[in-house]
Amino acid sequence: MGDTSYFLFHTVLVVSFLALVFYGIYFVTQKKKIRTLARWTLLASGILQTFYILLRYLQTGYTPITSQHETIVFFAWSVTWAYLSFRWRYTVKNFGTLISILIVILLLIAATASRTITPLPPALQSWWLPVHAGISVLSYGFLALAFCSGVMYLLQEYELKSKRLGYLFTRLPSLDSLDQLNSHCLATGFILFTLGIITGSFWANQAWGAYWHWDPKETWSLITWFLYAAQLHQRFSAGWRGKRAAIMAIIGFAAVLFTLWGVTYLLGGAHSYVR
Amino acid sequence: MSDDMILLFGVNHKTTPLAVREKLAVGNGYEGPLQALHSITGCKECYLLSTCNRVEIVVVAQAGSQVEEAIATLLFGDSVAPEQRQDYLYIYRNHEAVHHLFMVSTSLDSMIVGEAQILGQLKEAYRHASEHKCTGPILNKLLHKSFSVAKRVRSETRIGASAVSISYAAVELAKKIFGNLEDKNVLLVGAGEMAELAAEHLVSQGVRKVVVANRTLARAMDLAKRFNGSAVSLDELFSQLEQADIVISSTGAPNIILHKKDVKPIMQARRNQPIFFIDIAVPRDLDPELNDLDNVYLYDIDNLQNVVETNKSERDKEAVKARRIVDEEALKFEHWIDSLAVVPTIAALRKKADEICRIELERTMCRLQHLSPEEQKAIEKMAMAISSRLLHGPVSFLKNESCKEQDEVKVEIIRSAFDLVDNN
Repeated sequence: MGDTSYFLFHTVLVVSFLALVFYGIYFVTQKKKIRTLARWTLLASGILQTFYILLRYLQTGYTPITSQHETIVFFAWSVTWAYLSFRWRYTVKNFGTLISILIVILLLIAATASRTITPLPPALQSWWLPVHAGISVLSYGFLALAFCSGVMYLLQEYELKSKRLGYLFTRLPSLDSLDQLNSHCLATGFILFTLGIITGSFWANQAWGAYWHWDPKETWSLITWFLYAAQLHQRFSAGWRGKRAAIMAIIGFAAVLFTLWGVTYLLGGAHSYVR
Repeated sequence: MSDDMILLFGVNHKTTPLAVREKLAVGNGYEGPLQALHSITGCKECYLLSTCNRVEIVVVAQAGSQVEEAIATLLFGDSVAPEQRQDYLYIYRNHEAVHHLFMVSTSLDSMIVGEAQILGQLKEAYRHASEHKCTGPILNKLLHKSFSVAKRVRSETRIGASAVSISYAAVELAKKIFGNLEDKNVLLVGAGEMAELAAEHLVSQGVRKVVVANRTLARAMDLAKRFNGSAVSLDELFSQLEQADIVISSTGAPNIILHKKDVKPIMQARRNQPIFFIDIAVPRDLDPELNDLDNVYLYDIDNLQNVVETNKSERDKEAVKARRIVDEEALKFEHWIDSLAVVPTIAALRKKADEICRIELERTMCRLQHLSPEEQKAIEKMAMAISSRLLHGPVSFLKNESCKEQDEVKVEIIRSAFDLVDNN
């Protein structure tokens, strides 16, 4: 089974990379046939990622969101399926290109992390693991989408404001579609993120006897949560949109990444089995 | 067949002023001119295209026939004296005619390079010609080819991709800001002609509502009626700005009428819904600093002109690629025409071989009555096989692509070597 898993992970890498290449060619040539090919390849990558995670589950006997490798693969899976679920309802021109870059980067990081299977620490042996970790990382997927739309928004806004209207102008989507994407992903991501924190605190109560510990990971999650909450509040009450919303989505995602990695490596704490 | 000529006669917006073009005899309707063309002696196939920018006639003329004079007369009627005709008329022959037709179908010869309308007009013209049975094998092939060349140019180059007029540029920009224009409101400030034109384009994109604000309300109402919109006075400008998404300003005011400090509170009232200002007035109506506000996009006439110029130079680059495709396809078509010259010879060769086989088989079979039907079949088969294997050499010699120029010599050689009678 180890060999199969090894092989499957590399297939995922290659297929995702192919999707990136096809999206890249589409970005340059704007030929519809290539786009169709890219979409199917990304879908294939999403399905293969699912198989890989299932296989890993069978191998380890627990939900594979504990080691660094597993978490990042699950992160990539979340981004892929968040995008595919979104893609199903809206079209945002050339968004797949940026998403496939992100997916490939995540999978490459996962490839460098250790893939050895270690027995699950007793503290993690709970059905809260799939619920808490799964929901949290899935929320990162949607927040990553909001981040990508923020980046594209800033680029396109720059094109429009500077009035140069070059190469990117024709290839990037309309500001409105990016802003909608941002708002949709922010809302979905935020709800999942909140659920992640709530389930985490229930678990903490069960495992450690208190709902909240001010463990660095918890603290940083809370900071991130406030960043997104402020963003949502401003969007729906004061009509914050466009450039500000795009910048906030980027800052928020930076906080997400810090919560995921920065905390583990710089600050340590009770969550640090996720290495 | 090989001596037939493809001739293309035409006048277009480059060679001929509108005053002359509108007087042309073939200006209206296809039926009459097509029948007249078809009845000219020596004209085997014909086709006519008539648009507001050009009139073109393509004919396949029999070798040695004098159709040029007749067609020029038909084209110009009495409107232009015969000696003046050559100032306007262009005539292309064979390869040039094919090349020119492809240039037209791909819109490289159009007033606005890259516009797609011409292809539709070409198809329409072809439909008329084929309905009146004016086209034959050569023109059918040629026109279908001209459509597929146009399609190839569209898919392989970005010639039709960007806007090359100010109104289109405005629409293109609005689409990049708003995505869908269908639920957007347009506010015209001032009722100038340019504003009207831009509004027309936006309405054709399906905007929801047009409001006209003008100093004189009567003119505003006139214009509003055209777009099924409403008219307001200029004093209501600020309150109107809260609902408008696209604002086109073209007043004759000597000074700026809308300042940054005026728009800032409006943006709050709009809950930062993006707004697109188009200032086509000279001198300018809108404060250039509006562009610094978040979610406000301001383009003045110079900015739009720049967009158009960039698009044009982009288009010129694409036109070079498109031209290469046209050159290539015209050459391919010429090869097809040339191959027609060898086709009758190959047919004659095969016919002669079949004839010989048939005669010799009949003769032999009379003496071999005792053979079973299967055996007779086998002998027939053998005879056919021998003849076709023998012919393989000369046929591939004729079809050989490598020495195309010498087709006529090759035909001569084969005809005399196999003693083929000239009957086509």
